[in-house]
Amino acid sequence: MSYQPIKFYQTGTFTVGNRLLAPEERSVQASAKRFNSINSGHRACQGCGEALGARYAIDAAMEATHGQLVCANATGCLEVFSTPYPETSWQVPWIHSLFGNTAAVATGIAAALKVKQKKAPHGQEIRVVAQGGDGGTTDIGFGCLSGMFERNDDVLYICYDNGGYMNTGIQRSSATPPAARTATTPAVGVEPGNVFGQGKFVPAIAMAHEIPYVATATVADLRDLEAKVRRAMEIRGARYLHILVPCPLGWGTASHDTIRMARLAKETGLFPVFSAEHGEQKSALAIRRQLPVEEYLKPQKRYAHLFAPTPRVEVLAQLQALADRNIKRYGLLDGGKQ
Amino acid sequence: MLKQIEGSRAVAEAVALCRPEVICAYPISPQTHIVEGLGEMVKSGELQGCEFINVESEFAAMSVAIGSSAAGARSYTATASQGLLFMAEAVFNAAGLGLPIVMTVANRAIGAPINIWNDHSDSLSMRDCGWLQLFAETNQEALDLHIQAFRLAEELSLPVMVCMDGFILTHAVERVDMPTQAQVDTYLPPYEPRQVLDPNEPVSIGAMVGPEAFMEVRYLAHAKQLQALERIPQLAAEFGQQFGRDSGGLIRTYRCDDAETVVIAMGSVLGTIKDTVDALRQPENGGLKIGVLGIVSFRPFPHEAIAAALKRCKRFVVLEKSLAVGSGGIVATDVRMAVTGMGLQGHTVIAGLGGRAITVKSLAALFEKACAGQLELTTFLDLDWKAVNKQLEREKAVRRSGPIAENLLRDAGVVAARNY
Amino acid sequence: MFQVRIHGRGGQGVVTAAEMLSVAAFDEGRHAQAFPSFGSERTGAPVVAFCRIDDREIRLREPIMAPDALIIQDPTLLHQVDCFAGLKPDGYILINTTKTFEQLGLADFIARHRAERLCTVPATELALKHVGRPVPNVPLLGGFAAVSGILKLESVLKAIEERFAGKVAAGNIAAAREAYEIVRAEMEESAHA
Repeated sequence: MSYQPIKFYQTGTFTVGNRLLAPEERSVQASAKRFNSINSGHRACQGCGEALGARYAIDAAMEATHGQLVCANATGCLEVFSTPYPETSWQVPWIHSLFGNTAAVATGIAAALKVKQKKAPHGQEIRVVAQGGDGGTTDIGFGCLSGMFERNDDVLYICYDNGGYMNTGIQRSSATPPAARTATTPAVGVEPGNVFGQGKFVPAIAMAHEIPYVATATVADLRDLEAKVRRAMEIRGARYLHILVPCPLGWGTASHDTIRMARLAKETGLFPVFSAEHGEQKSALAIRRQLPVEEYLKPQKRYAHLFAPTPRVEVLAQLQALADRNIKRYGLLDGGKQ
Repeated sequence: MLKQIEGSRAVAEAVALCRPEVICAYPISPQTHIVEGLGEMVKSGELQGCEFINVESEFAAMSVAIGSSAAGARSYTATASQGLLFMAEAVFNAAGLGLPIVMTVANRAIGAPINIWNDHSDSLSMRDCGWLQLFAETNQEALDLHIQAFRLAEELSLPVMVCMDGFILTHAVERVDMPTQAQVDTYLPPYEPRQVLDPNEPVSIGAMVGPEAFMEVRYLAHAKQLQALERIPQLAAEFGQQFGRDSGGLIRTYRCDDAETVVIAMGSVLGTIKDTVDALRQPENGGLKIGVLGIVSFRPFPHEAIAAALKRCKRFVVLEKSLAVGSGGIVATDVRMAVTGMGLQGHTVIAGLGGRAITVKSLAALFEKACAGQLELTTFLDLDWKAVNKQLEREKAVRRSGPIAENLLRDAGVVAARNY
Repeated sequence: MFQVRIHGRGGQGVVTAAEMLSVAAFDEGRHAQAFPSFGSERTGAPVVAFCRIDDREIRLREPIMAPDALIIQDPTLLHQVDCFAGLKPDGYILINTTKTFEQLGLADFIARHRAERLCTVPATELALKHVGRPVPNVPLLGGFAAVSGILKLESVLKAIEERFAGKVAAGNIAAAREAYEIVRAEMEESAHA
């Protein structure tokens, strides 16, 4: 592709084409030489945000490590749809052990590789990525995750957050947003949907461990996601990347709306996209055009009870307050430059 | 070299001689001294080429070992009791993935009521997890079994538990013969994994297997254990040749040749049983024809070897530090299966639960009764029937009769300062 | 087989004493087995440790219920714990105290025992004097070598050297030697009495 400098009028859009960028700024995904770490032919649903997120993230990590990567995977959709025996989509060495131990398995792999590296210092260095969904990360795998953070093991942990246990039929996790309907938080009763709890935003908890790198991303901002993976792989020690990956099945959205939903989550401020190093926020991906939360909630069937039969104005206001708090806390209107 | 050291230290030194590459540690009594010893050796540089990881739970300990073993590192951890239960899911997983991890289990009771003392409830609760389980009689055997365990695990690509009685062995200071590094290196070659996470030859490990193949996968796990039945005696014999002492194997018999009654047990209690048997064989004590069968390999269970060893006896007494609540003995069930059709009289004795001392005095009375053909089918050795019946009466009388453990303790009085 | 039971309190080095006793026996080429009373004991709580010594392999794993000798590291235990339980009729007793058996209220008890096998030694004071810390376990081992005659003083001193280094080792050796001499003198006295 020849290089055409970006013109002023093009920068305001979300769709700056790859050919418009300088080669070094082009995405890994746009390269014909990308690794296809998770190959086509897997059994994810149409429009699966997690499949997309995993491909973006692992391809970027492979690029950053020149293909010298090992992956540990939690039980969940990603594991099930990618490795139905005897098939596998993975073009990387990959291990699935259990639902709740992925961070610890990755620690073990990293430890083994460290010993091997010391014994044969001229061999190519191999890095480790652990990955799981929000259930495997924020709930059942949280103990192992926190342990890995606290020891500062040389692992990049990637959480693909779709806000629930989608693999088992859309049950609530600690990452399910307030008011959302799931199979275990049905839209019935006086307070339909998920509770307004205190929240469990694992990126913030990761920051509290003061690990070298914490970032959030969405599948709507490919280059931001890839840049964060690249940055993460430049750093040693425990790193955490939390990627919002819409789930058409669980959210009740159209398969073709996955990217749009991820973008709306970011543009409303409900999902803050930022990075932090050693417990301090370093950047925020600015909201380009702030939107009210309704724009994000309305297309999703899991929030349908907020709009009909009677609009739940007070719940919508609560959700807007959460978005506003995020915008203020992470400086989302000015790119983290509070 | 002969040394007078604590059992835990002996095991730590033996494990270090096996050149482990990743060790995961989480504290739980009575296993703690082992990993403390290893941690010190790694930190001081005495044990090179090894990562020592302080994890946040036993579940993580086994999970880290799964990761490191799958990445081709010789991996070790140790646990006991509640710790083994807490890691249970990963214990099964390690076996299913065929990872040759070696783990010491410092056998300890399981709560509630919480109890830190020795019995075999913990490892026997993991009876069907797919690991090999070897039980040590002495500290010498405990250290020897670890060396054999790494060899066995890596040859068969299966994890091995080396079980040693908590406190009774782990905290006992006694004489052991510590092998040299050269001896261990000759016996135990470097680990060459069957499958490994390698970017140059990427494999997917841990795929989902449906009904179309799961039975076959499970049968193969069983077949591997059956292979171990052949390999364990061979490796023990090779060990004997090279190190000059008998350790390991499937079973060991003592004075069984002319025995009419054979006592079967696992672990350190075998020593006390042997002393008792020697005494009972004295003419002045009746000259009883009694022998001992020690089970070293509980998994795989040596059905044939046990049947062969019991061929000439009339009856057997399985004395075990475990209880299948609602059924009876755990080891006894397997032994009875091994002797099916042999027409032997079998007895189960539940003894030593939660660290209850097993004394020569009680054993002698028990064995005399057995030899006289007067032992019941199932016996609870030294059970305080008075306390038990009192509580049963209490429960019969009052529905809200209070917590059982606390009631029994109140009846027993202050025991903390007693000698045993 | 010679069986020793050691009574003391958490923090007084009871378990270490049993272990060192076994090491001293091992250094003499004998078999020995030392083990604690397996409790999760805390500082100040009553603690028991055991040591068996024999000329052949020791297989027995029961607690020591009929000891040949008792070492009592803390005389305040005498009225709290049945320290003498199961002691063989001609067994040895060594108590860490500055008092006499009569002052400890044990007059009746000793009347039934062989006097030369009952000794006291101010082990805490000896430890303070030589080591600077009130840990009576090591000096008592010196005293035990004297009263029991089962081990040589040299073996106990060697076990001390294997366990400790520098000033602590030297202090403990001096304390053990002095305890040994005190007990020897006591025994001679009661033999002549």
